[in-house]
Formats: sequence, C-alpha cells, structure tokens
Amino acid sequence: MQAEQVEIAQFLVEHPPFDTLPTEALNELAMQIEVAYFRAETDILHLGQDISDLYIIRSGSVEISRRNGELYNRLATGGIFGQMGLLMNRKVRFPARALEDTLTYCINVNTFNEYCDKYETFADFFEVDGNVRLHQAIVEQADSNDLTTAKVKSLLHRDVVTVTTQTPIQDVAFLMTQESVSSVLVTDIEKQISDDPEEDDGQVVGIITDRDIRTKVVAQGLTFDTPAKEVMTSGLVLLDSNSYVFEAVLAMLRDNLHHLPVVHKKRPIGVISLSDILRYESQSSLLLVRGILAQQSVDDLVHYARQLPNVFVRMVNEDANSHMIGTAMAVIGRTFKQRLLALAEEKFGEPPIPYCFIALGSMARDEQLIVTDQDNALILDNSFDETLHDEYFQNLSDFVCDGLAKCGYTYCDGEIMASFKKWRMTREQWQEKFASWMAEPKPQALLNSSIFFDLDGVWGKLKWADELKTLVAKESKVNKRFLANLAANARNRTPPLGFFNGFVLEHNGQHKRSMNLKRRGTAPLSDVVRVHALAVGSRKQNSFERLEDIIEANLLPKGKAQDLRDALEYIAMMRIRHQAWQIEQGEEPDNDLDPHLLSPFEQRNLKEAFAILEKAQSYLKFGYSANSGVK
Amino acid sequence: MAFKKQAMIDWAARYTSLLSTTQNDTIKRFYGAAFSDKFAAIKDVPFVAMDFETTGLDSTRDDIVSVGLIPFNLQRIYCKESRHWVVRPRRNFNEGSIVIHGITHSEIDDAPDFNHIIEPLLQALSGKVVVVHYAAIERHFLNTALLLRLNEGINFALVDTMEIERKALKARQGLLGWLFNSKLGSLRLGDCRQRYSLPVYKNHNALTDALATAELLQAQLSYHYREDTPISQLWS
Repeated sequence: MQAEQVEIAQFLVEHPPFDTLPTEALNELAMQIEVAYFRAETDILHLGQDISDLYIIRSGSVEISRRNGELYNRLATGGIFGQMGLLMNRKVRFPARALEDTLTYCINVNTFNEYCDKYETFADFFEVDGNVRLHQAIVEQADSNDLTTAKVKSLLHRDVVTVTTQTPIQDVAFLMTQESVSSVLVTDIEKQISDDPEEDDGQVVGIITDRDIRTKVVAQGLTFDTPAKEVMTSGLVLLDSNSYVFEAVLAMLRDNLHHLPVVHKKRPIGVISLSDILRYESQSSLLLVRGILAQQSVDDLVHYARQLPNVFVRMVNEDANSHMIGTAMAVIGRTFKQRLLALAEEKFGEPPIPYCFIALGSMARDEQLIVTDQDNALILDNSFDETLHDEYFQNLSDFVCDGLAKCGYTYCDGEIMASFKKWRMTREQWQEKFASWMAEPKPQALLNSSIFFDLDGVWGKLKWADELKTLVAKESKVNKRFLANLAANARNRTPPLGFFNGFVLEHNGQHKRSMNLKRRGTAPLSDVVRVHALAVGSRKQNSFERLEDIIEANLLPKGKAQDLRDALEYIAMMRIRHQAWQIEQGEEPDNDLDPHLLSPFEQRNLKEAFAILEKAQSYLKFGYSANSGVK
Repeated sequence: MAFKKQAMIDWAARYTSLLSTTQNDTIKRFYGAAFSDKFAAIKDVPFVAMDFETTGLDSTRDDIVSVGLIPFNLQRIYCKESRHWVVRPRRNFNEGSIVIHGITHSEIDDAPDFNHIIEPLLQALSGKVVVVHYAAIERHFLNTALLLRLNEGINFALVDTMEIERKALKARQGLLGWLFNSKLGSLRLGDCRQRYSLPVYKNHNALTDALATAELLQAQLSYHYREDTPISQLWS
C-alpha cells in the first residue's frame, strides 16, 4: 500500500546533503519528489520566473548562467540548483538550461523548508555554502562593472613605439612625429628579457613625452644628439597587461601620472594615457583630483569640495567596488591636504626644517569614505628646535586642519591631529614612540594608537613615513607579545549578531534601531586584517592589499583570507551604498543602517559577512596568544 | 514528427456510451469521470503511468501480483500521489517469477485479494489517460481481473510507450531501411529509456516501472511531438 520510491531513495542516499538524512526521512522525501524531464538544449529556468522547487539532477547536465548570460557553473548528476531562487523571493536568480537530456528531481519549497528546519545537516549544506554565496554576490557586483573587469590591454589600440637609451633625441622626436604619438617608451638593451639578443630591445626603463622634449630639451637648450637616456623619465610605474583598468586608475590617481607603460612579461606592449582612461571613466574622480590642485585659496577649495558627495554617488552608481571608491576618496583627501599644505607654505614661507605630513587610519589605508574625520600628524627633522621652529609648524598645522574641517573633513574626536603639539615629533621621537608602543603594549595605549599603525606620507619627506612603516613591519613580525595585545584589541568591537543569528540593533541618537556598519563591521575587520598583516611583516596599508600579502604568506587556513576579503567588501559596499542613498535623499550621510530596509537576501549576506568577522575574531584568540604565537 | 495517421478514437464519447451499459457502480464512476476531449493538447492532459507484475503472460490463466501507479503530466511526475499494491494471486505462482518481481512469498501471503484494490485503483485512474509500456498486458489483465470479480470488464484509453517508440524507430529507419530490413532496435523499457539518456533503474517493482514509463513518455513527447498535439494521436 505504501508507495515507496526505492529507486529515488537509492539515488538520494548517495548524494549530499541527502546522505545525512535518517533513512525514514529520506524515504519520506523520495515520496515527495516530483520528476521532470528536459531535452538537451532546452531551458529549465528562466531569469526572474517564479520558482517553487529545489532541483536535483538525476541524470544529464545543466548549465547555470549569470544574469548577463555568462556561464556560472555546469552541474552534472547529483548537482543541485535553484536554492538561490528559493532563498530570494522565489524568483529565479540564475537561469538554468539543459546541456544534455536531463532528468531532474524537484523538491517543493515547503518540503525543502521543512527539512531545513528539522535536519541541521541538511540546512548546513545550504548554510555552509554561505561563504560561497557571499562570494558570488560580490563577484556578481564586480561583474556588472566595466572598470573592474576590463583589462588594460583592452584599451591598447596601437602598437607600442620604443626607442633605446642611446637613440639621439632628434630621432626620438622624428619618430614621435612620424607615428603621431605623444609618448615613446625607452628600453635598455643591457637589460635583456630573452636569451636572444637579435630579438631583444631590452626592458622598459623610461618614457619620453612631448612635454619632456619641450621642458627638458628645448627649454634647456640640449643638443639634438643628446641620448634618450638623459631626457627620459625613469623610475616608472609599469602595468602588467593583465592588470584591470581600475588598477591603472589607482596608479594614476596615486602618483598623478598621465602615462602608464604596459608590459607583458617585461616586454613593452603599449602605453595607457589619461585620456584613454577618461574615455572609460566618465564620472572621473581623476578630474576632481586635478581640479583640487588648481584651486588658489582655502575658500576656493571649500567651494570645490562641495562636489565631493556627487562624485561619490556617481562612483557608487557606476558600480565601482569598495577598493576603488576607498582609494579615490583617499586620494582626493590626500590631494586636499597636499594643496592646503602648499597654500600654507605660500602663506607662512618655506619651512625652516624638513618635515613630513602623515595621514593616519582609514585615509592611510585607502579606505576612506564620504563621512570621515581627519587623523594626521607631523614628522619633523631631528634638528627641530622648539623655540625656533614650533610656531611655524603650529601655524602650518592649524591652517591645514582648519582648512580640512571647512572642506568637510571633521576634526578628530581623539585629538589625533597635527595641530596638537604631542603629535608633532621628530623622526627620533617617533621611532622611540613606536618602539615603546610595541615593546610595552598596554591595552589602552594600543587602543588609542592602533590608528598609528596605518600611516601614509602625504607631503614633504615621504621617505620618513616609509621608515616608520618598515620599523613597524620588522618589529611586529617577531614581537609576539605585541601581536597578542593587538589581537586582543582587535576583538573588542564585536559584530552586531545575537543568538539565533539575528541582528543586534542599537539605539543611536535620532536613528532608532540601527547598527553601525563602521564600528561593528569594517573597522573591526580592518583590525583583524592588520594583526595578520603585521604578523607576516607586510608593509601594505590597504586591507585588501594586506590580505593579498596574508594569502601569499599562507598564514591562515585555506580560504579564510578570501572569506575576510569578501566580508570586508560586502560590508564596505553596504556602507557605501547606504551613504550614497542618504546623499541622494538629501540626508546627512552616516554609518547607521536599519537592516529592515534590506531585502531578505541582503540581510542574509550581511549576516554571513558578520559571521565571518565573528569567526575571525575568535580565531585571533588562539592564533595569537603571547606564549604560543602563530607558526 | 509526422507519423502515419490512424483512426482516432474518441474515448470521451466511448466512456459515455459504456456508462449507459454498465451495471457496476465502481466501474460506472470510472466511466463517468470527466475525461480528456480527443482534441485536448497533450500538454494539458492528465496521465497516469501504470505497471502490473503478473505470474505469467496469459491473462486467462495468470494473475496480477502487484500494481504500481504514478500520476503525471507533460511537466511533472508526482511521486506523492503514487500508489503501490501487492495482491494475492488465486494460485501459487511459479518460483521463476519471484526474481522478476522482487516480491517474497510472505508478502504475497499477507496481501489482500485483488478485489480489495478495485475501488481505489479505478478511482486513481479516473479522468486520466493510462500510460503503459506494452499495452496488451495491463489492458487484458485489468479487464480479466474485473470480469472475474465483478462480472463486468473494463475498456480504457491507453497510451503505449512501446508503440510510440516503435513508430519513432520506424520513422528513423525510413523506407530504405525497411526495404533492406535493417534492425529496428530494442523496444524493451530500459533500452528505450537509454535512447533519451534516462538513467538505468535497477529495481523492477511495479512502481519503479510505472515511474520509468512516465519518464519515458515525457522524454518521447519532448522529442517527437509538439506540446499542442491532440491526445487522440497517441491513445488507442
């Protein structure tokens, strides 16, 4: 009388997650199944159609694609699809098509939910995939974004024009005219790439542009037979041909470059110019940066800074990722500082002794967003004499900090600004300060000073900032006690997850029931990443770049660093979109998000991201004790 | 795919006329249920796949041992509504067939007479087009079983997956193949399924074979027929 589906049950028991079900539950499930046959090359699920079943492939193969039609996955016997749709408003998220004649078993959503509720291992199968799911959500964001998917080689439209270091400059100019290019690359035949000297003009060592010929040759009256070597700009930033367009944007932003040579396995294949990129990046944070440098007074800068929220919103709307937005915002912030410092030096005269203005915290990490306060300090030459020089640097610092405040970079609550005398120290004093922080790490002192472990030179003797970075990187790698304390600090700010995997909301001023995505999300994630980065001696400041070093050093169990990256990207993008949305609504942007405004899918992903943070924090506990240390 | 046309039966009309000459209430309810119009598109037709395990091939001497049923349509096969009965034959069946059916003596001994399942069986078939692989067995055995117990037989619409496969293979073979007597290919259920990449089933109880038949028809229809084909082209 009982219609037991032996054949179906026998199939299920051999395939996860069904293999974990108790026999009776499995047999019961087999009886609930619906079977559907799809001929090869027919659609199984269309994008956006209603979906009410989980699909298991009994035989055949199925191709799952992304929204834009790109291949996402191929599944064969035992493969499962449709779960994304079931978890997301019951609309098909990834269309499915039968590649071969395919027989599928379908489990109705009610049965699916019932089994998820009843059998933990069954639910876990779809839960465990959480990280994968989060990763996919991010990959998908990136996919819709040209700047992050287009490679620089796609922007190269013509063959590269090269000369050698010995070519006379007149020949160079002639060649440039003939080829109608505004720049040529200079190669050094002494620096060979391959074993075959016939084939090899050598590696790229410099670039010559129209401007060089004007400013270095004609204006300075050099003879026409001057070798290219003496005119070229060396110390180039080279791009690999597989770099993404956004990396070219970052490189140009950072160093205010207009030409970037592109190489493939050290061999020059082209030059990317600013105009190539501008054609690509219509909203152009690059243009804003150049505009900042053209402003002639603080008032002009303040006026100009009003564009900043619009640039930010445009970048978000064009689907830039958080690394790009963070970098663009940080570069813009850095440029404001540089311009203010230049104006200050015009006003107060040449500095009496060399100095370096450093940025700290999120700006140093290239993770600055629209709402940010200024964290900065000064490194002074060791010859600093308080009676002679302090007034100058007080004036200069006040000018810059006040100017930044007027441009929208609010004063730092923690008083970490160059305008406070305690944060203007000589090179020696800074080195001692860092050494003492690391030698005797007191938790409270570290908490206050963790911001100093993300630092970047902005103006002046940038080398001094690098010295400090090197000091920190070398020392922290071997100082287990320091790392242990840093790790303990990194566990202070917990993600807003409660028992039963719900969000913990806070009452926060006018915003009732929200969670702070910075304090509870991106900031503690950066803290975690910093600990690992210092443990492997990384000198990088940006969390994503630190993660690359961490992955390279193989410090964490497989996949964990990648999970951290995905979690950071997801929460950062959530924060960025929240702020962009507020700006568009005419509100003051903040970090307080009401999760009820999110779709169930977004809530789920956000919870997964927070869960990754939570796990990463507990990993710190045993990974970095003062006694054991990390391997 | 164009198959040679044959006389089309209007089963809905035939059920109506059979209803008037039938005495038994159970069979009357079967004929009386709403049934597919002969022009109904196959995508809209409710089917039920049926398989009998029997003690032999002669319906006058042999008996039904088990019945498997599974309702389906062109889109889905519904396991939830599937049925499986084991029934006791009138006399002990020979040892050889035990292997085929996978049914033990003790199961048979505990099983009811076919009489007990007539009501639920006919109810499950009501309003649906019955699908079998090789029409002769189920058509004759059900008719005989009812004749024996109710003194009235039954006549019902059948779609035969073996017949569909034979036509499809003939069409593939073509006239030249027929003239030169090329081999048509096996019509066994498992072999037919293989042509549509359907999985090999190891179990051969009546329910699994009913499921296998339902899957085969879904595959055959998606290969050889448009989904708006009138059902009368398929049934007999």
